[in-house]
Amino acid sequence: MSVGVEGRPSDSKVVFYNDPRIRSLFFQLLLLGLIVALFWFAYDNTVSNLRKRNIAQGFAFWDVEAGFDISQTLISYSAASSYGRAFWVGLLNTMLVSLVSIFFATILGVIIGILRLSRNWLVAKLAMVYVEIFRNVPLLLILYFWYRGVLGLLPEPRESIKLPADILLNTRGLLMPKPIFGDAFIYPLIAFVSTVILGAVLFWWARRVQARTGNRPNAGLFSTSMIIGLPLIVFFLSGSPLSFDVPVQGRFNASGGMTLPPEFVSLVIGLTTYTAAFIAENVRAGIVAISKGQTEASQALGLSHGQTIRLVIMPQALRVIVPLLNSEYLSLTKNSSLGVSIGYPDLVNVFTGTVLNQTGQAVEMVSVTMLVYLTLSLLTSAFMNWFNRRVALVER
Amino acid sequence: MKKLIAAALVAAASVGLVSAASAGTLDNVKAKGQLVCGANPGTAGFGVPDQKGNWTGLDVDYCRAIAAAIFNDPTKVKFVPLSSKDRFTALASGEVDVLIRNSTWTMSRETTLGIIWAGVNFYDGQGFMVNKKLNVKSAKELNGASICVQQGTTTELNLADFFRSNKMDYKVVTFGTSEEALKAYDSGRCDSYTTDRSGLAADRLSMAKPDDHIILPEVISKEPLGPVVRQGDDQWLNLVKWVHYALLTTEELGINSKNVDEKVKSEDPEVKRVLGTEGKFGESLGLSNAWVVQIVKGVGNYEELFERNVGPNTPLQLARSSNALWSKGGLQYAPPIR
Repeated sequence: MSVGVEGRPSDSKVVFYNDPRIRSLFFQLLLLGLIVALFWFAYDNTVSNLRKRNIAQGFAFWDVEAGFDISQTLISYSAASSYGRAFWVGLLNTMLVSLVSIFFATILGVIIGILRLSRNWLVAKLAMVYVEIFRNVPLLLILYFWYRGVLGLLPEPRESIKLPADILLNTRGLLMPKPIFGDAFIYPLIAFVSTVILGAVLFWWARRVQARTGNRPNAGLFSTSMIIGLPLIVFFLSGSPLSFDVPVQGRFNASGGMTLPPEFVSLVIGLTTYTAAFIAENVRAGIVAISKGQTEASQALGLSHGQTIRLVIMPQALRVIVPLLNSEYLSLTKNSSLGVSIGYPDLVNVFTGTVLNQTGQAVEMVSVTMLVYLTLSLLTSAFMNWFNRRVALVER
Repeated sequence: MKKLIAAALVAAASVGLVSAASAGTLDNVKAKGQLVCGANPGTAGFGVPDQKGNWTGLDVDYCRAIAAAIFNDPTKVKFVPLSSKDRFTALASGEVDVLIRNSTWTMSRETTLGIIWAGVNFYDGQGFMVNKKLNVKSAKELNGASICVQQGTTTELNLADFFRSNKMDYKVVTFGTSEEALKAYDSGRCDSYTTDRSGLAADRLSMAKPDDHIILPEVISKEPLGPVVRQGDDQWLNLVKWVHYALLTTEELGINSKNVDEKVKSEDPEVKRVLGTEGKFGESLGLSNAWVVQIVKGVGNYEELFERNVGPNTPLQLARSSNALWSKGGLQYAPPIR
C-alpha cells in the first residue's frame, strides 16, 4: 500500500472524483472529445451543405483530363494529362523556385550581412541601404519591378541580344543551346566521378599529414588539374560524344534549345533579393552576438581577418543564425506563391488557380494546398533542426 | 480553467449547430434594401467603374435592371468586383445575389458548381489579338507563338483545344488576372493575347497604342455569356430570367425609355400584358405589376443597353450580329409574357 506525502493512505479514503489524477484525465479526455467533435462537425457540415447546394465534392477529378497547358513543366505534361499530373507539375515548380531562391538568398544574405559590419564606411552604408530598401518594400512590388521593370524591357525576339555560344536573350527569356549526350558520354562521366573521389581521399590524407607533422601537403593543385584534365582526355578519346541543339530563329521566337523563362528568373531574383535582406540582418545579429574578446583573442593568436571570421566567429555565430534562417526559408517557400501575379506556374497558380476554377471544388483544392505547404514547411524545419544540432555539436 | 475551456467549446459547438434558416434571395434582397451584384472589375462595355466610381457596362446595366424591377430604383445596387477565378465561389457562398460578369454558360459549371444560368445576355466567341507588325492574318498561322491568357476561364481550355486540334505548337503564359495578362502581352512577353472577342475589343482600347493591334478573324469557341444565380431558389431564378426576357420583349414591341409613358396607355393586349395594365404577371414574380415599366424607365430596353455600352457608336464598335433579335436574324429570343 502506497503512502501519501502527509502519511495518509492515498487511495482508499479519497473519493474517485476528488482524485487529481482521475480528474485531470477526465477533463483531458473531455477536451479531446470536444475537439474531435468540433472537427467532425465542421467536416460533416461542409459535406452536407455542399451536397445540398449541388456542388461536386471528393477527389474524383484527380484522374480527369485537365485540358489546359502549363508553360514550365519539369515532368512531361500536356493538355491531355490529368488534374493530378497538373498538381505534381505545380508542386515541383514551387519546390524548384524555392530551392534555387533559398540557395542564392543564403549566399547573398551572408555576404551583405558581413558587409554591413565592414570597417569600410561606404561598404557598410551601402549594405544598410540595400537591407532597408528590400526589407521595407512589399514583395509583390519587388516582383513587378524585376518582371515588368527590368526583364520586361529586354528586346523583342526579332531583335534578340546575341551572346557568345549561340545564347539569345529577349523578352521570352534566355535561350541556350541544349546539350545532347551521346551514349559514350558515360566514360568521361565515370572518369570525372572517380577523380572527384580520388581528390577527396587526397584531401583527407593531407589533413592527416597536417595533424601529424604540422605541414600540409598541397593536394589542391594536383586534385584540381586531375579532376579537370582526366575527364577531358577521356572525353576526346571516346570521340567527343556531346552535341548541342542550338535555338534557331523562327517566325515568332527561336525554337529548339533550352529556355530559361523570364517568369522563373524574375521570381528567383525577387525572392532572393527580398529574403537576402532579412538573412543579412540575421547574419549580422549572429556575428554581433559573439563577444569582441573572441576576435581580439584570435588576432592575438596571429589569425588573419579572414581566418578569424571563417574559423572563430562564423562557427559560433551559426548557432544563432541557423534557427533564424529556418523561418526565413519557410517564408520564402510560402512567398513563392506570389509568382501567380507574374505568370509563374507554381502550385497556387496551377492547382489553386486553374484546377480549382475548372473543377469548382474550392474546399478540396485549398485543403490540399494548405497540406502541401504545411508538409514543405515541416520538412524544411526538420532539415534545419538537424543542421542546427550538427552546428551546435561543434561547441566544446 | 479546464471547465471554462470545456464550457466555451460546448457553447461554440451549439452555436454552430443552429443553421441559419435560409430565406429566399428575393426576401433577403428586399430586407437589405439593395441588390448585391458580382461585376467585372474592368472590362469596358461590360463592367467597369469610371474615375468617379460610377459603373458602366452591359452587365452592370443588367444588375440595375433587376434593382429597378424590385425597388423601382436602378441605383439600389452594390457592385462587387470579382476576378474570374473567384466569381463562382463568391456566388455559391452567398457573397453576391447574382453574378453578371461575362460568364460563359457551360455544362460542367452548371452540374458541379451549384449554380445555374438565367439566360444569355451576350453571345460571344473566343478570338486572338496580335500585334500588326507580326503580319499574322489568321489564327492558323500562330504555330510556335507564345500566348498570354487569364486563368480560371473557359479561355484556357479552348486555347489548348484549338492548338491540339490544329496540331500546332504554342507556349502559354498564364496570369491570375486579365490586367496582368494584358500588360505582359503589351510589353511583348507574348505574341498573342486571347479572350472572348468582346473582351478583346474592350482590352484593345486599354492598350498603350490600340491601333498597333488587330483581332484575328477566327472565332474558336462558343461563349454564351449571361447572368448566373445559385441553384435551389427557383423564385429568384425566374425573376432574373424574366428581367432578361422583359428587356428583349420591350425591344421587340418597340417600347423604350422615351416612349414608355405613352405605351402604358396603349390598347394593344400584348403591350398591356407586358406593361402590367392587364394581368398580374409582376405579382407572380413577387414584384409590382409595373415591373417592366420600372425596368424600361430605369435603364431602357435591350437595344438601348446594347447601343449605349457596346454598340457601333461606342469605342467598342460591336455589331449586333448574333445578339440581334430572332426576328432580325439574331439569336436573342424571349418566350412570350402571357
